[in-house]
Amino acid sequence: MFPKGTKRKFSDAGEEAVGGGGGDQGPSAASSSSSSAAAAAARTLTSSYSLQRQSLLDMSLIKLQLCHMLVEPNLCRSVLIANTVRQIQEEMTQDGTWQIMTQALAAAQCPADRLVATEVLCRQTDPAAQAGQSPKPFSVSGVEEGYHSEEVVMDGDVETEVTMSSLSPASPHASSASYLAGPFGMRPCWEEEDDDDEEEEGDCEEDEEEDSEECASEGEEAEQDHLRADSRTGEQVFGTFEIKHPAPPPDPALDELFSDVDPSYYDLDTVLTGMQSAPKMGPYDLLESLSSHGPTALSSSSSCRSDLNELDHIMEIIVGS
Amino acid sequence: GSTLAALRKSGSRFQRSRRYPDIISTVEFNYSGDLLATGDKGGRVVIFQHEQESKNRPHLRGEYNVYSTFQSHEPEFDYLKSLEIEEKINKIRWLPQQNAAHFLLSTNDKTIKLWKISERDKRAEGYNLKDEDGRIRDPYRITSLRVPVLMPMDLMVEASPRRIFANAHTYHINSISVNSDHETYLSADDLRINLWHLEITDRSFNIVDIKPANMEELTEVITAAECHPHQCNVFVYSSSKGTIRLCDMRAAALCDRHSKFFEEPEDPSSRSFFSEIISSISDVKFSHSGRYMMTRDYLSVKVWDLNMENRPVETYQVHEYLRSKLCSLYENDCIFDKFECCWNGSDSAIMTGSYNNFFRMFDRNTRRDITLEASRESSKPRATLKPRKVSTGGKRKKDEISVDSLDFNKKILHTAWHPKDNVIAVAATNNLYIFQDKIN
Repeated sequence: MFPKGTKRKFSDAGEEAVGGGGGDQGPSAASSSSSSAAAAAARTLTSSYSLQRQSLLDMSLIKLQLCHMLVEPNLCRSVLIANTVRQIQEEMTQDGTWQIMTQALAAAQCPADRLVATEVLCRQTDPAAQAGQSPKPFSVSGVEEGYHSEEVVMDGDVETEVTMSSLSPASPHASSASYLAGPFGMRPCWEEEDDDDEEEEGDCEEDEEEDSEECASEGEEAEQDHLRADSRTGEQVFGTFEIKHPAPPPDPALDELFSDVDPSYYDLDTVLTGMQSAPKMGPYDLLESLSSHGPTALSSSSSCRSDLNELDHIMEIIVGS
Repeated sequence: GSTLAALRKSGSRFQRSRRYPDIISTVEFNYSGDLLATGDKGGRVVIFQHEQESKNRPHLRGEYNVYSTFQSHEPEFDYLKSLEIEEKINKIRWLPQQNAAHFLLSTNDKTIKLWKISERDKRAEGYNLKDEDGRIRDPYRITSLRVPVLMPMDLMVEASPRRIFANAHTYHINSISVNSDHETYLSADDLRINLWHLEITDRSFNIVDIKPANMEELTEVITAAECHPHQCNVFVYSSSKGTIRLCDMRAAALCDRHSKFFEEPEDPSSRSFFSEIISSISDVKFSHSGRYMMTRDYLSVKVWDLNMENRPVETYQVHEYLRSKLCSLYENDCIFDKFECCWNGSDSAIMTGSYNNFFRMFDRNTRRDITLEASRESSKPRATLKPRKVSTGGKRKKDEISVDSLDFNKKILHTAWHPKDNVIAVAATNNLYIFQDKIN
């Protein structure tokens, strides 16, 4: 039931923080915005909570991106996941984490901070659509080769493109690291900027190269070390997640999430969309990239599992056995 | 006897015996309880019939045996979207019986079909124009006329599609419900509800539409809908935000504005990122009396009085021990499982499924509850089902099972209760279990 290799203690404690006991730590709905950004941050963020929150955000984005081989995804599930993402985003905006993250990326200096290549997990079948897309890297970053970085497309100050780190189908271990390590590919630079405000926010586990900017707060050294080890692997595969902030003007990207018409991948915005048509990743690739965990999570998505059965069935028919 | 008297397995465990046994996706008794229909992921419908009690063993109720099997839906391909349309049967609903034949509605994600199931136990013999093999006889060889005679034959049950209601749903159909007028029925998808006349297939009335003009604003979907059992103008639909709306079709043609709005205020102390997801209602069912309705969300079952909108009158915890595991359940997608729930015939008890092939029954009068398991290992034919318990504390007693040992692949999503008797049908993945009450 638990991800392989996860320290249960960590996970459960985190779960209580994020999953159940949000009372003390959760955002106060009535928190006022401006004056208490720092106060909010100090109030809400323990390292564990923000790690788990980030992990939840990452997980949610992955879920939104993954789509089925053949069948239209479940709209209810997509809506619930998207709502979860929005909630996290709102909370992160309220306690200032969001702005910090985006500012940090703007000021990214080190390669470690660059956003990793995005691998769209669902590929277009339509060659015309593919041709028409803006260049989208399909390269998969393996653990060994490190990760590619990609330009962050910035619209104005706050809004940045969604980029999503790539899952490497060929290295399930690496992808499982994504669930283990929590916030991967951290951002030493923004941590440094923010040190004065956010002592607490020690959710930075980093490359040793970034020592000069290390920011792990005292009490969390041990945990940081553990996470650092894991996150290095994760970091090589994953980068930071940024969500295109759904600005008040309607966001056509999210529109695509639920539109009737088959959306094409125009740009990175569509990472948030869950509804893609006939992605062509092989079923076993997808399964490998998903599955890492306990016996019950053969596939994170039950529909992937069912699709697998379907594909087995179809293969049987084709093979004629 | 008490509703929760020990159930004895009637010896009926039906396993789909094909090479790829399909997962059962819906279970439904008909109005008399004589027939039990199941639909599966492969688009097939299997109907079981209650056999008469045997004279030799009058203390046992009769068993359920296969009555009819047919392929209801086939996989289709939507060329416009390059997506396959699954043949999985999402729901089956019986029509009240009006003549010798039986009628049911079965639906997949996009298309609803009305099936007629009829028996044939006689055949005509002695035709003039064709011989017994069916070959046309040479008319010049016919020298005399005879009257065909009806001869008995082995019982044959035929299923034929009588109506096909298609192309009315852009999104996936999650519910169908036959109206008490027996002439109309509703079908609900994620964003819309349509009203059909059983005789008319080329059009339907849209009565609820919650699709926002700008899809980016979509935050809530329809999860289930049902017609009131007696008031043919009333229906309810539930949402992914844990709300139920009751609508009156007399009030307006488009029922976007509800007559009643049911929502329990959230407990702020238990708020988390998963609060909304676990509040999403997966099933809504009116009581037989029509006075109450029951909703199933991820962790609980709630009974609502239709006259009280601000909170349920009863809440039953199905598997509260999962509350601390929500993060893992979100990760493996189990948190999105849609459990159904059902009433017994007298509305005194309710039943719903859980994980590890457990299912739960609650007696509304005594407030007692019981956990039972549907599995080969735990029940031999004619044996009494043993209550199960999940240990939540640190110490696990003998015979208890710990939360971490639960198998989340074994989920009981679909259960049905006989409309009159204490007979229940429980679908455990690709196995169907039928349990009956001890009579003596």
